[in-house]
Amino acid sequence: MSIWIHEESKVLIQGITGKQGTFHGTKMDEYNTNVVGGVTPGKGGQFVDLPNKKVPVFNTVAEGLEETNADVSVIYVPARFAAAAIIEAADAFQEKGGGLIVCITEGIPILDMVKAVAKVNQYPEVRLIGPNCPGIITPGDIGGCKVGIMPGFIHEKGRIGIVSKSGTLTYEAVAQTMSVGEGQSTCVGIGGDPVNGTGFIDCLDAFEKDPQTVAVVMIGEIGGSAEEEAAEWASKNMTKPIVGFVAGSTAPPGKRMGHAGAIISGGKGTAAEKFKAFEEAGIYVARDPSEIGNVLVKALEDSGLR
Amino acid sequence: MNIHEYQGKILFKEAGVKVQNGIHCKTVNDALNAYDLLGSKVVAVKSQIHAGGRGKGTLYDIETNELVMEGGVKIAFSREDVEEYAKNIIGRKLVTKQTGVNGKIVNNLYIEAGCSIEHEYYLALLVDREKKSILIMASTEGGMDIEEVAEKTPEAIHKIWAHPVDGLNEKDALEMADNLNLEGNSKQDLVSMLDSLSRMFVEKDCSMIEINPLVRSDSGEMIALDAKVSFDDNASFRHPWREEMRDHSEEEEVETRAHDHGLSYVKLDGNIGCLVNGAGLAMASMDVIKLYGGEPANFLDIGGGATRESITTAFGIILEDDNVEGILVNIFGGIIQCDMVARSVIEASNELGLKVPLVVRFSGTNHVEGKEVLDNCDLDVHTASTLAEGAEKIVNLTRSVE
Repeated sequence: MSIWIHEESKVLIQGITGKQGTFHGTKMDEYNTNVVGGVTPGKGGQFVDLPNKKVPVFNTVAEGLEETNADVSVIYVPARFAAAAIIEAADAFQEKGGGLIVCITEGIPILDMVKAVAKVNQYPEVRLIGPNCPGIITPGDIGGCKVGIMPGFIHEKGRIGIVSKSGTLTYEAVAQTMSVGEGQSTCVGIGGDPVNGTGFIDCLDAFEKDPQTVAVVMIGEIGGSAEEEAAEWASKNMTKPIVGFVAGSTAPPGKRMGHAGAIISGGKGTAAEKFKAFEEAGIYVARDPSEIGNVLVKALEDSGLR
Repeated sequence: MNIHEYQGKILFKEAGVKVQNGIHCKTVNDALNAYDLLGSKVVAVKSQIHAGGRGKGTLYDIETNELVMEGGVKIAFSREDVEEYAKNIIGRKLVTKQTGVNGKIVNNLYIEAGCSIEHEYYLALLVDREKKSILIMASTEGGMDIEEVAEKTPEAIHKIWAHPVDGLNEKDALEMADNLNLEGNSKQDLVSMLDSLSRMFVEKDCSMIEINPLVRSDSGEMIALDAKVSFDDNASFRHPWREEMRDHSEEEEVETRAHDHGLSYVKLDGNIGCLVNGAGLAMASMDVIKLYGGEPANFLDIGGGATRESITTAFGIILEDDNVEGILVNIFGGIIQCDMVARSVIEASNELGLKVPLVVRFSGTNHVEGKEVLDNCDLDVHTASTLAEGAEKIVNLTRSVE
């Protein structure tokens, strides 16, 4: 197993005829992701050529789900329309009995996200990952299921779960697991926005329950208190070892570090506090991302897994 | 994006939040005219800068750096007072707890009618990231530094939440009024103010509204004596009117320039410039430089859509900083291709006449090709295969410069 997506997952692409949608749809298909169609309002009935197949375009997510029975919808629409796209997908999946929405888009107004997340939270069977994230990937035997913008080729199927707020730092964590001969069960980028869908705890909980996963790498960054809450939750609920890193030890207070959510405000949300919470929760801490591999080996050895 | 108090109060007025009459001024003459127009014997003369702590700030002469006056907000009891204070404020440098030691030059002044104050409160609205809702917090300890209140007497801070669609529940607003011990017309005033502010917060896509102090006057009216308003930049596309409120002199020019090129840049005090793709990796690169004993000169995320042109701009911005004695380029290629970055780095280095050591670490998409491009160029580039190796190399290279 893996979490939330697997090799056979059927994926719909919202915004498939746009530049981003077509580019990443192509990359997803190259990785053997089962892309079953796309949605662009007003372009229903058209087809999009992907390297391995031709997929239909629908006017609405509801129509797309009805025709393709997709499990996942990935959103590549511009920021100003993205929250509406999330809400549309949430309503459509709710009709169908559930599903996963992955929103890659960066720069969505925060109050739009408050509204969209409130909508998604009304539907227990609908999950939102993102926004402002690289997406989610489950490496398979040949390619796998890649729902997002991460480079597929750096991954390999394995037993380490990865969850991260940052994009390229997730790739770094993947490379670190590979450097010590470990592959990944599923890698989830939860995004760097202050208000998002799936959080660290949801991912840890799913990894804990997933038989394929034996250990988790968790990458946080400054801002908010999600890392502290996850650490506390993990200390009570996780039996699998966790390796943690937090980016932003050198970030000055009051300055937004790229991600909308990466800001130390009122003295809260510092990397030092988060590292401390990790240590108190028994999480294996890497102070340098280049150390994640070695720390992971130690964690696996301590648990008798290597 | 932040705006000045006088601009925030225009929005407050429109939203139905009570404020005192006031006039925005740029000169001492303006200030005197404003005093005459307001017809209030007592007025507040208030420095307008995008930073808090103005009242307790200090004004210095911009040339001699000599102390001019204590306090960036003054109560004037006469026309002469207004003249003196305005002279002491306009064109001076105001240093507050939030401005840093360099302070900010005051170009704008606000003259506001005085108000008899019975009690001062604190009120703020912001997005609560954990509850994913709009948080309204208030305290009876107005005028004070709220962080201090939060630290010393957290029980004095009262919280309620408003939803961006459903709005504020009147029951919650009444409870807040009770918690602040408000009665009669003061209670009604607060409830209506909270409703107006939460509507304004949503309509204008604010990221924060802070009123410190919010006051109860001797007639029981609740009046916003301060207005600190920030907007969510992501929502600017639906608020074109914001452009008119933007005060460019309050923004870091280099950060704005970076932003216009799709770059995210924050200047720091160290000597090692960083050029990285991705915000998390950019922070991690700074952290690792520090771990190896160096000091990062900046945060710089070139983003996933970086081009030759934006990378050249990024290099230029790093090199503008006189403190920079070395540069670390750290790229984990996803969408971005390392060989494209390699060619851009060489081009930018030649164009800008790079004189400091350069270490490049590539991983991910086309990293082998990227390294080949660097190995075959005339530039003196050091390469590294991990972030740690890259950080160690640049720290050592900048040390040997000293």
